[in-house]
Amino acid sequence: MYEILHKERLNPTCHLMVVAAPGVARKARAGQFVIVRTDEYGERIPLTIADFDRDKGTITIILQEVGKSTMEMGTLRVGDGLATFAGPLGHPTEVQQYGTVACVGGGVGIAPLFPITRALKEAGNEVVSIIGARSSDLLFWEERMESVSNRLIVCTDDGSRGRQGVVTEPLTELLEERPGQIARVWAIGPAIMMKFASLATRPYKVPTIVSLNTIMVDGTGMCGGCRCLLEDGARFVCVDGPEFDGHKVDWDNLLSRQQFYREEEQQAVERWQHRCQLDEAVARGGS
Amino acid sequence: MAELTNKERMRIPRQDMPVQDAAARRANFDEVALGLETEAARLEAERCLQCSRPRCVEGCPVDVDIPGFIEAVRTGNLSEAVRIMKTRNSLPAICGRVCPQETQCEQLCILGKKGEPVAIGRLERIVGDWELRERTQALEKAPSTGKRVAVVGSGPAGLVCAVDVARQGHDVTLLESLHLPGGVLTYGIPEFRLPKSVVMGEINHAIENLGIRLCVDHVIGRIATLAELLDEYDAVFLGTGAGLPSFMDIPGVNLNGVMSANEFLSRVNLMRGYDFPQYDTPVKIGERVVVIGAGNVAMDAARCSIRLQELHGNGRGEVHIVYRRSREEVPARAEEVDHAEEEGVIFDFLTNPVEIMGDEAGKVTGMRCIRMQLGEPDDSGRRRPVPVEGSEFDLPVDTVIFALGTSPNPLVFVEAESLSRSRWGTVIADEETGRTTTARVWAGGDVVTGAATVVSAMGAGRRAAADIHAFLAGELEPWSDSET
Ligand SMILES: Cc1cc2nc3c(=O)[nH]c(=O)nc-3n(C[C@H](O)[C@H](O)[C@H](O)COP(=O)(O)OP(=O)(O)OC[C@H]3O[C@@H](n4cnc5c(N)ncnc54)[C@H](O)[C@@H]3O)c2cc1C
Ligand code: FES
Repeated sequence: MYEILHKERLNPTCHLMVVAAPGVARKARAGQFVIVRTDEYGERIPLTIADFDRDKGTITIILQEVGKSTMEMGTLRVGDGLATFAGPLGHPTEVQQYGTVACVGGGVGIAPLFPITRALKEAGNEVVSIIGARSSDLLFWEERMESVSNRLIVCTDDGSRGRQGVVTEPLTELLEERPGQIARVWAIGPAIMMKFASLATRPYKVPTIVSLNTIMVDGTGMCGGCRCLLEDGARFVCVDGPEFDGHKVDWDNLLSRQQFYREEEQQAVERWQHRCQLDEAVARGGS
Repeated sequence: MAELTNKERMRIPRQDMPVQDAAARRANFDEVALGLETEAARLEAERCLQCSRPRCVEGCPVDVDIPGFIEAVRTGNLSEAVRIMKTRNSLPAICGRVCPQETQCEQLCILGKKGEPVAIGRLERIVGDWELRERTQALEKAPSTGKRVAVVGSGPAGLVCAVDVARQGHDVTLLESLHLPGGVLTYGIPEFRLPKSVVMGEINHAIENLGIRLCVDHVIGRIATLAELLDEYDAVFLGTGAGLPSFMDIPGVNLNGVMSANEFLSRVNLMRGYDFPQYDTPVKIGERVVVIGAGNVAMDAARCSIRLQELHGNGRGEVHIVYRRSREEVPARAEEVDHAEEEGVIFDFLTNPVEIMGDEAGKVTGMRCIRMQLGEPDDSGRRRPVPVEGSEFDLPVDTVIFALGTSPNPLVFVEAESLSRSRWGTVIADEETGRTTTARVWAGGDVVTGAATVVSAMGAGRRAAADIHAFLAGELEPWSDSET
């Protein structure tokens, strides 16, 4: 059991959890992920490492409630335990002094982007960060990102915070404003956002690193369920990634593979919500 | 009862093992083969001629005294049978169920020359099952030596090595990357062939009695490297298996509905996907499933598919096994092939896929195959399948499961440059001792041989354990320079 030491709600669907996992924390580096399972019945799901504290032996994960497993995990409290917490998995981000870099995060992708941005800043890069969400109540970690960036641009789809629009707009402007000066771009968020960020940087030939979030089972290279297609063939995201050159990724294949278990996921969510309603009804009836 | 003459013994027919009815078992994951009844087992044991130079033992990769244990079964002394068995094989309940007896011990049985061989595997199973219930043989640990040994991987090789090393009084830590121990026994071989209660029963018994520390969720190469283990432990055994799946290099392998047998079987067995939505991990099965390959892995995948179609689908559907060679070359255990056929799996021999087709949404819709014929023998001595020109045809399919060969998962080799490996990625180790090219590192099982068998992995674990103990006891020279 891996104890949950701290939990907070970042927005209506996202939780932050600090989990005691000293072995994982000792080795964790920016860009890696863990495989988490709630209990004996749970699925193994990959979650990117949002922060780590080697001294305290903790890992911070951000959980977005998208399916039954994440919803259920969201109901756990401080003091509860997670049955599985395996990691750190995948290759860490290649952090070097590149010069000026841009770190682009969308929605829950801001969480894994944070330690990468911090590491890039600590390595002596000038970091321009761009973060975005649908609206201000979904946006989190603005201050944290600010603290590790030389410049931070915030945008929301509805304009409720920062400028109105999607992250690719300020990204394109940046590449226009400072031609040839941006050495590398990191783009992390929903697949569709990473796809468009990669399309935006392609004409400028700026290497663009994305962190792919495919369906996984073991997370150790054993099943191939996580495979993605690059220009030159398939890769296993869990061991060859999770970071890849966004210009080489077959995004349509990725998006379609992410949808494979959609029906089953919906079925599980409905069943879960139904059970929650029953529990509530019982609780109300009993009081 | 009076002693029988050999003639009389040879008149006793080979005793059939009761099995679940084929129609019924298509719709459940319960064990198919139910084990011999006590009287049938005694009769079967009577069939053994107690050869003075038993050939069967030569066929056993771990040299079990087969006539010895069979004689104990015949006289009803099961605890003696267990004792004899366990001096060579610590997991008889498992081996009795999964060993390919027809190509090992039973193939060499003298009775097989004219009739049917003694059902050694079935007898082994009843001995193992009896001991699972009775626990007559104590697993004892010698006084502590203070030496620490890390065993990486908890499949049959790692388990047996851990048990044997721990019995000598060494302090053993068993490191496993998944959340459950057992390796292929847990994630690969389905419940209906090897109940998980048998596997976990054996593992828990060993761990508790020998004080083995089991650390699951420990992916070596990530949470700790081999070099770090060597700092902390006096000896390290690598039993990490051959878990890396392979796909064919044909168009369409990344379509939705195409998966490796490892993924499919892990979802079904390790994650209990057949119990979805009780268990959270979904496993999708189509109405037209094709499994490519004809080893045990393929049979398991096909038979799980049949069951999922019955349980989760509407019972309609077809499951095909597509194999490029002919029936004679099928590498799976004979019993599994028979069971698969009884359950309705359709075999397409001398057939090879050339392309997988999909729709706009990226879902599999069909598979183009080509007919094969057998040509000249290849390196393995089997006749090489060659395509028959112009014989392509399309199969409508919605699920494709690749059950081709697997190779060692390289994760454990991170920062382990001194560990020599073959060009197939397998670890180079001495066959007798399990010693690798890195000092204080032993290896055995599929990680050394490539995908093989449970019993050969166990044998390798046992031989390495003996060498590790001799090494730790100072009875052996430390690694010679040529080895390091
Ligand atoms: C579906 C299927 C059916 C089979 N049926 C039969 C059969 O009927 N009869 C038969 O004799 N053989 C059968 N086999 C083959 C047999 O299971 C294997 O030969 C045997 O299990 C090999 O044992 P092992 O201990 O070497 O490796 P494995 O059983 O593969 O165990 C290796 C273990 O190491 C762990 N591991 C890997 N990497 C790491 C790491 N970096 N850190 C920590 N842990 C790690 C793995 O998670 C796994 O638990 C079958 C195989 C499969 C896949
Ligand atoms: S998750 Fe199984 S191989 Fe990547």
